[in-house]
Amino acid sequence: MRKGWFKGLVAGLALAVMACPAFAADTIKFGVAGAHSGDLASYGLPTVNAAKLVAKMVNAKGGVLGKQVEVIPQDDQCKPELATNAATKLVSDGANVVLGHICSGATKAALPIYKEANIVLMSPSATNPALTQSGDYPNFFRTIASDDQQAKLGVDFTIEKLGKKKIAVLHDKGDYGKGYAEYAKQFIEQGGKGSVVLFEGVTPGAVDYSAVVQKIRNSGAEAVMFGGYHPEASKIVQQMRKKRMDLPFVSDDGVKDDTFIKVAGKDAEGVYASSSRDVSALPLYKEAIEAHVKEFGAEPGAFYKEAYAASLALLNAIEKAGSTDSAKIMNALRTEFVETSVGKIKFDKRGDAEGVGFSMYQVKNGKYVELK
Amino acid sequence: MDWQYFWELFFGGLTRGSIYALIALGYTMVYGIIELINFAHGEVYMLGAFTALIVAGALGIYGFPAVAILIIAAAVAVIYCAAYGVTLEKIAYKPLRDAPRLSPLISAIGMSIFLQNYVILAQTSDFMPFPNLVPQPEFLEPIAHIMGASEVLIIVTSAIAMAALTLFIKYTRMGKAMRATAQNRKMAMLLGIDADKVISLTFVIGSSLAAVGGVLIASHVGQVNFAIGFIAGIKAFTAAVLGGIGSIPGAMLGGLVLGWCESFATGYISSDYEDALAFGLLVLILIFRPSGILGKAKTQKV
Repeated sequence: MRKGWFKGLVAGLALAVMACPAFAADTIKFGVAGAHSGDLASYGLPTVNAAKLVAKMVNAKGGVLGKQVEVIPQDDQCKPELATNAATKLVSDGANVVLGHICSGATKAALPIYKEANIVLMSPSATNPALTQSGDYPNFFRTIASDDQQAKLGVDFTIEKLGKKKIAVLHDKGDYGKGYAEYAKQFIEQGGKGSVVLFEGVTPGAVDYSAVVQKIRNSGAEAVMFGGYHPEASKIVQQMRKKRMDLPFVSDDGVKDDTFIKVAGKDAEGVYASSSRDVSALPLYKEAIEAHVKEFGAEPGAFYKEAYAASLALLNAIEKAGSTDSAKIMNALRTEFVETSVGKIKFDKRGDAEGVGFSMYQVKNGKYVELK
Repeated sequence: MDWQYFWELFFGGLTRGSIYALIALGYTMVYGIIELINFAHGEVYMLGAFTALIVAGALGIYGFPAVAILIIAAAVAVIYCAAYGVTLEKIAYKPLRDAPRLSPLISAIGMSIFLQNYVILAQTSDFMPFPNLVPQPEFLEPIAHIMGASEVLIIVTSAIAMAALTLFIKYTRMGKAMRATAQNRKMAMLLGIDADKVISLTFVIGSSLAAVGGVLIASHVGQVNFAIGFIAGIKAFTAAVLGGIGSIPGAMLGGLVLGWCESFATGYISSDYEDALAFGLLVLILIFRPSGILGKAKTQKV
C-alpha cells in the first residue's frame, strides 16, 4: 500500500511535469528581442519596459484571448551574430509574436529565422528601408518610419513648399547622413522638378567649412539639404550666415536637437529639420509615459513610444485575429486600425505603419516648432 | 577661370592654413629642442578654448564689451595653457628624458587621453556654444562674403606671432640659447646654458600659441567640445612634418600649404577627398624630400 502510494506520487509528478508545456501554452508568449546589454543597451531596454507595461495592463484586463501575456526578453546587443541566436532561442521557446529587433543590422540577420518559423516580427526602431521595401519579409512590420521617408519629406518640402529648384545636398560621410543625402538626391532626380547642383561630403570635425560654403555659393544653389548631425550642421549654418548667405537650410532628425539651437544661437533661426511627428498630445502617449514613470521612476528612453505602440498593435492583432495563427495576425495588422501611443495606425502591405511619420520643424525664437 | 571663386578659396585656405601654422609651431619647437612629438599639444589648444569660454562666460555676466572680453579671455587662456604646458613637461616628459625615445611618445599620447577625459569629467562632453567675441566692423562688410572679422584677425594674429617668434629666436639671448640647445643639448649645457629653463620656455611659448589659436578658432567656428584638439592637432602635426619638423619657417609654410591644398581640393575637386588629397600631398613630399619642404637633412654624427 505504502509502495503504491509512492508510485502514485511519482506518476502524478511525472504527469505534472509533462503537463507543464501544456500550461505554458496557455499563455501568449510575447518575445522581446534587442540590445539589452552592451554599448547600445539604452536603445533596447526601453522596449523591454514598454512590453512589460503593456503586458501588465493587458493581463490586468484579462489578457489576450483569455490568456495571460508572458514577456520573454532575448538579448542581441545589436550584433547580427547574436541576433540569430536570440531569434533561434525565441523560436524554440515558442514565441507567438516578437517585438524587435532594435538595430537594422541585427533585424536583417534575424529575419530569415522568423520567416522560416512563420512568426510575426515588429520592430520599434529598425529604419533601414530595404527591410520592408524589398518585399522579402511579409512577416516583418515596424512602427517607425523608414530612413528614406525623411529624405522624401525634406525634398517635397524644399521643392513644393519653399519653391526651390536648385538644391545643394551635403552630408557628413557617416552612414546616417550619407544615407539621407543619397535618398534626397534620388528623390530630387526622380521627381524631375528640381536638380541637384552640388553633392558633397564634408569632413566631420574639420576646423572650418569656408571652402564648402564658397562652393555652395558658386554652385548657384537656392537651398541646402544636409544629412548628418548637429555639430557639423551648426558649423556650416554659422559659416554660411557669416558669409552673408541666407539660403534655406533643410536637414534631418540628427539636427532636430536642442543642442543645435544652443550652439548655433541666432544663426539657427529659420533652419528646417524633420523629425518624428509630435505625438505628445495623444492620450495614449501620455498614458504610456505616466505608466513608465510610475513603474520605473524615470522618464522612458529611446524608441519607447514606438515599442509601446508596437506592443499594443501586436496584442490587439492577436485578439482581433482570434488566434495565434501568424497568417491571421498579419491580416489583422493590415486591416484593423488600432489606437496607439504614436497615433491611430494600421500597416500597409509592405509592413510600414500608415499614419506614422515625420513632420517638418523650423527654429522660431530659439525653439523647434512643428510646421503643419 | 573664375577669379572671384579662386580668391574666395584662396582666403579660405589662408585662414585654415594660419590656424594650422599657429598650432604647428608648438609641435615643431618642441621637436626641435627635445626631439619629442608632443601629442598632447592639440589638447592644450582645446584647453585654451575652454578656458576662454569659461572666462568669457563669467565676464559676459558683468557686461564687458566684446573686445575687452576677447583680450582678457585670451590673456587668461595663454597664462593657463602655458602653466599646463610646463606642468605637462615636468610630469610626463622630464622624468623620461633619458629613456628610449618611444617612452616619452607613449607618455605624450597618455597625457592627450588624460586631458580629454579630464575635460569631459570637469566640464562636459557636450558641444558648447562659443560667443562671437570678434565684432564685425563696418569697413569689412564689402568683403564679408569672402572673409569676416574673425578670419582677418586669425590671419593677422598668426602673422604677428610668427614674426615675433622669428625675431625672438634670432636676436635675443634666450633665443640663441634655444638654438644652441636644439643643435646639441649636451654641448649647450657644458657652455653654461640652463637646458631645463630653455625646454620650459619652449613649452611656454608653444602652449601660449596653441592657446591663442584655441581662442581665435573657437570664436570663429562658434563651438567647442573636448575633442576639437584631436583633429586640429593631427592636421597641425601634418603641417609641421610637411614643412620640415624642427623648422619654424617650415611649420608656417607647411600650415599654409596644407590649408590651401585642402581649400582648393574642396573647391575644385570634392570635399569628399579633402583629407585624402592633403595626406596624399604629405606622402608625395616625404617621398621626394623626406625631411620636409624646409627641413634640413640631418647628417648622422659619427
